[in-house]
Amino acid sequence: MESWMTPGSFLFEAWQSRQGLLAGLAVTLASSALSIVMATVCGLLMGIGLTFGWWWLRLLARLYVDLMRGIPVLVLILFTYYGLALFGINVAAFWAGVIALGAFATAHVAENFRGAVESVPAGQMEAAKAIGLTFPKRLWYVILPQAVRRMLPPWVNTGLEIVKGTTLLSIIGVVELLLASQQVMARNYMIIDFYLLAMVMYLIINFAIAQLGGLLERRFSYLRY
Amino acid sequence: MIDYHFDWGVIARNADKLTDALLLGLWLAVVSLAIGCVIGLVTAYARVSGKWWLSRPVWLYVEFIRCTPLLLLVFFLYFGLPEFDISFLDKTQSFILSLSLYAGAYMSEVFRAGLASIPKQYVEAAKAIGLRPWQRQAYVVLPVMFRITLPSVSNNLISLFKDTSLAAAIAVPELTFTARQINANTFRVMESWLTASALYLATAYLIALVLRQIERRYAAIR
Repeated sequence: MESWMTPGSFLFEAWQSRQGLLAGLAVTLASSALSIVMATVCGLLMGIGLTFGWWWLRLLARLYVDLMRGIPVLVLILFTYYGLALFGINVAAFWAGVIALGAFATAHVAENFRGAVESVPAGQMEAAKAIGLTFPKRLWYVILPQAVRRMLPPWVNTGLEIVKGTTLLSIIGVVELLLASQQVMARNYMIIDFYLLAMVMYLIINFAIAQLGGLLERRFSYLRY
Repeated sequence: MIDYHFDWGVIARNADKLTDALLLGLWLAVVSLAIGCVIGLVTAYARVSGKWWLSRPVWLYVEFIRCTPLLLLVFFLYFGLPEFDISFLDKTQSFILSLSLYAGAYMSEVFRAGLASIPKQYVEAAKAIGLRPWQRQAYVVLPVMFRITLPSVSNNLISLFKDTSLAAAIAVPELTFTARQINANTFRVMESWLTASALYLATAYLIALVLRQIERRYAAIR
């Protein structure tokens, strides 16, 4: 017991730097959560535009989705970070990163939404029209309940991608879990130990999200046709 | 955007540097995909072998890589391997190693699905005409699997090409790193990042176009 907690041992160093690491973990979780919420809300709206919009709206949304999917996330993050300042918007690195990640994932959510909605048989929409439902009601009561089930697995994947993507924020200087670990390493040179610790933490987060996704999928799979 | 005047001369002066960077990125993606395909093929066969001591480690490897951020893997191999006295890799080779391991996990899943989707009758027919086990794999299973998995492989190449941007983090002079350098040296923010984005976009689009042609040529179902 005593030999574990001597200075220079992994447990001692990890305990010494617990505050920095936990703060980093909190930043990772906060930026992930904010990006996921932003991507889900904006992505659903854009998905509706992409699927049911007027032709010019569909074209704009398609252009946006293809742009976002062709550019690496890191370039988006750096572009947002350096570029926003030019527009007179002075945002912290954290928010620049969240905006870039959210904008990137928005494209994925929108595309998933389109795919899920288009996989609902056309007869459903026609039947809903036939009984005289308005467009919002058709969407809410008929199309979405069926589409959500198909959207869930790719949506959970997007969430995982975002959590992994938050590591890129370390490059613009946001002290999230990866950069916090690197700061600890800069102090005690225990490179292997602390990279492994960070890896385990990411594994736990992502494993939890994957399990949660599985739970949601089972919850929403009540109806098969 | 008040009083921002575009000066594309910066890009023109650095054109050869940017071209080299783009080609380096492509090279990294292609090499990693090639190594990743080899890893993926071997691990996919281990996965479907039905022996738990072969399939469990592969499952672990795939899940581990899929839940770990690529940047963390890049840093771990770049800074961590020298701790084990493995220091003969320069930064480009170290990045290729991490991207290959990353690609290997994804290709393993792709090939596993491909192997699972080959109709049993093909193998039975191959047995019936007296092909040896390796001949069955080489002449029947693999060519069919190659055609089935081609679209997934090409999608992976595009996403790997985008992932090469992470090499900038360990100072491999590829496109993102070069754009960042131009940005830092000249403060031409819009020019450098618009150029980098456009180059990535155009290259990804071009790769997609070429690969769609190849896919059409080798389509599983005509």
